[in-house]
Amino acid sequence: MNSPAPKRGLIAIAVWLVFLLVCAVIISRSQFTTDLSAFLPRTPTAEQQLLMDQLRDGLVSRLILVGIEGADVPTRARLSQEIAQRLRSNPAFVAVNNGEPVNTERDRAFLFNNRYLLSPAVTAERFSVDGLHAALSDSIDLLASSAGLLVKSLLPHDPTGEMVQLLDQVNNGNHPQLVDGAWASHDGASALMLLQTRASGADIDAQQQAMAAIRLAFDQAPSASPAARLVMTGPGVFSVLSRNSIKSQVTRLSIISSALIAALLLLVYRSFTALALGLLPVISAALAGIAAVSLGFGVVHGITLGFGTALIGEAVDYSIYLFVQSEHGTNDGQGWIARFWPTIRLGVLTSVFGFAALLLSGFPGLAQLGLYSIAGLVTAAAVTRFVLPGLLPAGFSIHDVSTIGLRLSRLAQRAAALRWGVAALLLVACVILYSHRTTLWNHELASLSPVSASDLALDARLRADMGAPDVRYLVVVSAASRESALGAAEQVSMALRPLVEQGVLAGFESPSRYLPSAATQQARQASLPAPAVLQARLQQAIKDLPVRPQLFTPFLDDVATARSQPLLQPVDLQHTSMAMAVDALLIQQDQHWSALLPLSATDGNSIDATRVRAALKTTGLANALFVDLKAVSNNLYSGYLNEAILLSLGGLVAIVGLLLVALRSPLRLLRIIAPLAAAVLTVTAGLAVFGQQLIILHLVGLLLVVAIGSNYALFFDRRDSNGAILPRTYASLLFANMTTVAGFGLLAFSSVPVLQALGATVAPGVILALIFSAIFARQPDAPAH
Amino acid sequence: MTKPCFVHVPNSFRSQLLGLMLVTLLSSVSHAADWDIDQLMQSLAQTRSGHASFVEKKSIAMLDKPIESSGELFYSAPDRLEKRTLKPKPETMLLDRGILTIERDRQKHRLQLQGYPELAAFIDSIRGTLAGDRKALERTYQLSLQGDMHSWMLLLVPIDDKMKKVVQRINIYGVNDEVRSIEVMQADGDSSLMTIEKSATP
Repeated sequence: MNSPAPKRGLIAIAVWLVFLLVCAVIISRSQFTTDLSAFLPRTPTAEQQLLMDQLRDGLVSRLILVGIEGADVPTRARLSQEIAQRLRSNPAFVAVNNGEPVNTERDRAFLFNNRYLLSPAVTAERFSVDGLHAALSDSIDLLASSAGLLVKSLLPHDPTGEMVQLLDQVNNGNHPQLVDGAWASHDGASALMLLQTRASGADIDAQQQAMAAIRLAFDQAPSASPAARLVMTGPGVFSVLSRNSIKSQVTRLSIISSALIAALLLLVYRSFTALALGLLPVISAALAGIAAVSLGFGVVHGITLGFGTALIGEAVDYSIYLFVQSEHGTNDGQGWIARFWPTIRLGVLTSVFGFAALLLSGFPGLAQLGLYSIAGLVTAAAVTRFVLPGLLPAGFSIHDVSTIGLRLSRLAQRAAALRWGVAALLLVACVILYSHRTTLWNHELASLSPVSASDLALDARLRADMGAPDVRYLVVVSAASRESALGAAEQVSMALRPLVEQGVLAGFESPSRYLPSAATQQARQASLPAPAVLQARLQQAIKDLPVRPQLFTPFLDDVATARSQPLLQPVDLQHTSMAMAVDALLIQQDQHWSALLPLSATDGNSIDATRVRAALKTTGLANALFVDLKAVSNNLYSGYLNEAILLSLGGLVAIVGLLLVALRSPLRLLRIIAPLAAAVLTVTAGLAVFGQQLIILHLVGLLLVVAIGSNYALFFDRRDSNGAILPRTYASLLFANMTTVAGFGLLAFSSVPVLQALGATVAPGVILALIFSAIFARQPDAPAH
Repeated sequence: MTKPCFVHVPNSFRSQLLGLMLVTLLSSVSHAADWDIDQLMQSLAQTRSGHASFVEKKSIAMLDKPIESSGELFYSAPDRLEKRTLKPKPETMLLDRGILTIERDRQKHRLQLQGYPELAAFIDSIRGTLAGDRKALERTYQLSLQGDMHSWMLLLVPIDDKMKKVVQRINIYGVNDEVRSIEVMQADGDSSLMTIEKSATP
């Protein structure tokens, strides 16, 4: 390099190097994530906060459903028992259920020993003469009934039937059938297990370890058979799968697209120096983008990185313009700046205006994409403009592309003939869009989930077979202490009970069922009469019943013990299956406690929210909240989507305003906007025709089409002194377009829906934008007639 | 029609072993022409559905006097059995495949029979007999048959020790392809006798 670089160039290079260093430092300290955080609002409402808590470490987030398929029935059952036995000693699992009666004895002992503290039927009236008479007659009837066999041994201890009451409450869940001593699916084709991890569902590393432990227990089981298959599902499993698929795809996509773009550039430039220099703005852009997101959000989402790889294809455009548009054979950086930079600057500004709208989104994932794009594109353009010319070696040149340019130029001159064709195409697109208008958008949050359809189907199947809680409706009460949370849960239970009787609800759960508040326990204790009193009342109560009083000595003893037994504490539940329920339903967060009461709907119905809310109102509890998690999550996403549509339209208005100010001509504005609008309409109609429902990322893709396409349209609009577009410009546009298509086109093959949506929108969109720009471009001034 | 060809052994003198020996002995001697368990099961299996009234008398040691209840039975092959008690207190017991639903006092109790092996075995004795399902019966009981086709008695003795602690034996009396009464002797001495009368309409 012997030509003296101007001083300004040196400064620019120095600033650039420092900038890169700063970015590298920021990135080295950045946190990366693939969890749901990108999809959760920055300022949640109480309901949304609850949704987030539930998704992160709630009741269901810690469940792993396991299915064992293939082989034969006895093998599957044995495998289930062997896996369970091994995992039960693994502290990573709180509970391992497969239908084996491991906890049954302990559960029954807990219920039986504490029946007078636990049973809601224990009241002073029940232990009056009349109450005892009624309860005993009932028990005698039950003894004589078909179920008598089950309660016979209980009668002397529990003539008032408290145990039957409690068992009834506990057993109301649906369990899978037992086949050969292990749970099996309805069709009997797979053995089922339900596991609860100790770690929360949001702890993806722990979930991954738990999955590995299950897999290992399956592989090393004594009955392991090559014919048997292990399948797993659950929120934690989904998180792990999502992370793995995002990670592997982002890695793979970035490698392939970098290679593809490098190969393309090499083919065009035929110069390694040019390739290396051309990639400098791209690398700078990626670093700047990640650093900006990290600074702005504290954490960088994997999806943002995936998006970033695609943006390589866009960031490389600027250097393509510089290299290809520069006068051939001259080290013409400064000349290029003078002639083309204003157009490119306007193109960058257009993009920035478009993406700036996304920054306002309440959806952090979207805002991250916006920030990444702005930082990346500005950096790429700035490096191309200020740094790259100074780095060009003397006599730098790339392969002569003027033949391609000339050919393109001739094509472009004939493009205008297609205007009517495009008009017809647009008409068809509009008809398609109109006919699809109701199904165009997907309003389900699930549409963003990177979990594949087959995994979702497996989840639905195992869940249905298991009768696993699909927690959708919840009542939540919060309080300052555990005691008051339990007390509030008891109040809510009282209010909900009539709804169960009226059939509004099929049932509900409550932590207070297994761990009543101390006040309730004390009240129950206090309603038990003193031994002498009870004995006298019992004598009277059984006068006309066919039983002898001596039979009930154990009952008198048990009640006497219960009157002074210590109140139940959470620790007493340990090693029972009820501990799991209380653990999941009674949550401490910082200084406050929440009790969750999951409600179950009657078969195939949804729950009438107004009636539940009305019932809650009667409790007088200020902070009892009824939440329909599915509705909250879908509303949340719908909100994002509507907001994103509005913001995109806002971005569009900003772009139009910017162009109007910059071009000062409505006609030129129209010429630039028309091809972009046409591309957007055609791509959207194409997606609709192929049955793709639009999600939020399609919208981002459309915004990108406008941003990238505006560069093309501006170049077609721009005229050199001779009033024509140079062949070199055509060539540069084609190359820029090819790299963009290479970058985004790959995303279209991703199985992560958000990345796929971007790719399927941007790749065809930019091709159309280029073609339409050529078609709608101002015709070269025809020679005067 | 096969002709019954062995003598009626009085119940009181019969030990189950003797009964079993007799049945095996006689069936092996007189081949297919004889009345045996398979034939009984076959004729029982002919009945695809039925409707009957019942009276059940239970003697329970804890209670001073026996309790009598009555109601209706509905059966449809192979595994749906409904016992509708009308007196003294309405109660419905429905066995549908593996699930037992008991409804009383407007309360529904739903039990998976597998979780209650003793109850399951007990209910299966009735269901299996009605269905003529020898395989199912032999899973839990040792079977022996006495009497002839026009008046037979099927004796079920539990095989499993755990089950033996609950039920000592079950005697099922019948005429042709109809079950007439079911007598259950529980291990603790309690017993029940259910008499069944076929209703006019099937």
